[in-house]
Amino acid sequence: MLTLIEALKESMDLILTLDQRLIDIAILTLKITLSSLALSTIIGMPIGTMLGLAGRIPARGLVMALLYTGMGLPPVVVGLLVFILLSRSGPFGYLEWLFSPKAMILAQTVIALPLIIGLTMAAVGSVNPALSQQLRALGATRWQTAKTIVAETKPGMLAAVAATYGRIVAEVGAVLLVGGNIETKTRVLTTAIVLETRKGAFALALGLGFILLSLTFTANIILLRFGNWNDSRK
Amino acid sequence: MTSTRSMSVFTTYLLILAILTAGCSSSNNFNSTLRLATTTSTENSGLLEYILPAFEKELDVSVEVIAVGTGQAIALGKSGDADALLVHAPDVEIQFIAEGHGTERRNVMYNDFVIVGPKHDPASINEMSNAAEAMIKIFVSNEPWASRGDESGTHMKEKDLWSITGIEPLASDDWYFALGQGMGATLQYANETDSYTLSDRATYLTQSDMLPFLDILIGGKNISNNPDPNLYNPYSIIPVNPSKSILVNHKLAIQFSDWLLSDETQNRIAKFRLSELGQPIFYPFVR
Repeated sequence: MLTLIEALKESMDLILTLDQRLIDIAILTLKITLSSLALSTIIGMPIGTMLGLAGRIPARGLVMALLYTGMGLPPVVVGLLVFILLSRSGPFGYLEWLFSPKAMILAQTVIALPLIIGLTMAAVGSVNPALSQQLRALGATRWQTAKTIVAETKPGMLAAVAATYGRIVAEVGAVLLVGGNIETKTRVLTTAIVLETRKGAFALALGLGFILLSLTFTANIILLRFGNWNDSRK
Repeated sequence: MTSTRSMSVFTTYLLILAILTAGCSSSNNFNSTLRLATTTSTENSGLLEYILPAFEKELDVSVEVIAVGTGQAIALGKSGDADALLVHAPDVEIQFIAEGHGTERRNVMYNDFVIVGPKHDPASINEMSNAAEAMIKIFVSNEPWASRGDESGTHMKEKDLWSITGIEPLASDDWYFALGQGMGATLQYANETDSYTLSDRATYLTQSDMLPFLDILIGGKNISNNPDPNLYNPYSIIPVNPSKSILVNHKLAIQFSDWLLSDETQNRIAKFRLSELGQPIFYPFVR
């Protein structure tokens, strides 16, 4: 019990004094996570939208099954596959990406993509089908209909981004495998927490944990705000 | 209808939970479980798997192994979360005993550290006979160095060696990579990136099949060829002080310590993978 209170106090000190180690790790974490989030959003959102709009697609069941499996991909398995691909004895070893932030961004993007696609698809699909019929009846072109439906799903899209962000920023297995947890180079909040806990540096680990929590919290607040703002403007 | 179904789902979960926890409590029988905090080298090499079953059978007990770095093992001992430590960092161990965290410290076995690096040896350290001088040369040649960076016994030895060189590597240096991971992961990293690193010979030998780009550059073919006495690596057993927590199983820890130093176990340690590698991975202390 004493350890917990002491560690809490110490971790607060570390945060309040803006301990350089904590800040550096937090910045690196944000850089990597936001890069993967941007990549997966740019690639995944159009795909998810198309799938959602396309109501009837061939082999829909199979596509859905693959997508849902992808959404539940165990991150360590993704890490393992990326590791094998980027290893010197693997096909893409010549890139020399292994144990660099690039490898971590790649792994996180793979984890994030199915989530973004699936959640976007669900958001688009959840728009009342009557709306599309009504629009067509009013003489809207296909393109105009699609645009209106997408505008309608903005909060859902934001939720998709927020959920994906939450998942990849908290991910530990894949980034540990492909990043190597190298101090100041590939050590992020989650891998640092694992290491510091094992070293018995509970205060530092807790401080890192608080920062991780507050990063997720802040991002969700921003995204929710943004979503509401869009709603109220209508 | 739905509520009946959700009730039955709930009951199923409860049942599964009950079964799982039942499994836990039976394997966690206090008097017959020894929790051993040890280094990744003893675990990764397979030594514990090789010798522990005999102890478990002899005394009808079970041993839970927590394989971490020595620094982490020491922390587990200080918090009373382990019953005994099998570690390799003499200075820290002596301090641990002096501060009253452990009751005694006995030497169990030894081997040696080696410096491994890329086969083509870009820093040309292969013919050198002093680890610290080789590390200076690696630094001067601006070749990458992979550090455990996890306060393990090997990391502590590495820091000792750097302090001899007078070089103070920083994690932010572009040639110095502090991984914060076990020996296996660090060797794999060095193999992938053409880095130099300090390893215990046991882990390197155990994994050398999977490290095609690495070679021992300082340390020779076996311990008697190791040119640098600074690379000596002794392992000790320390029973944790029972005053730490009523949950510390001190009696079994003492029994384990005695058993490790018995002739029979010492002989077994000497024979571990001897025929396969042509040299022992660990040398027993008592002959």
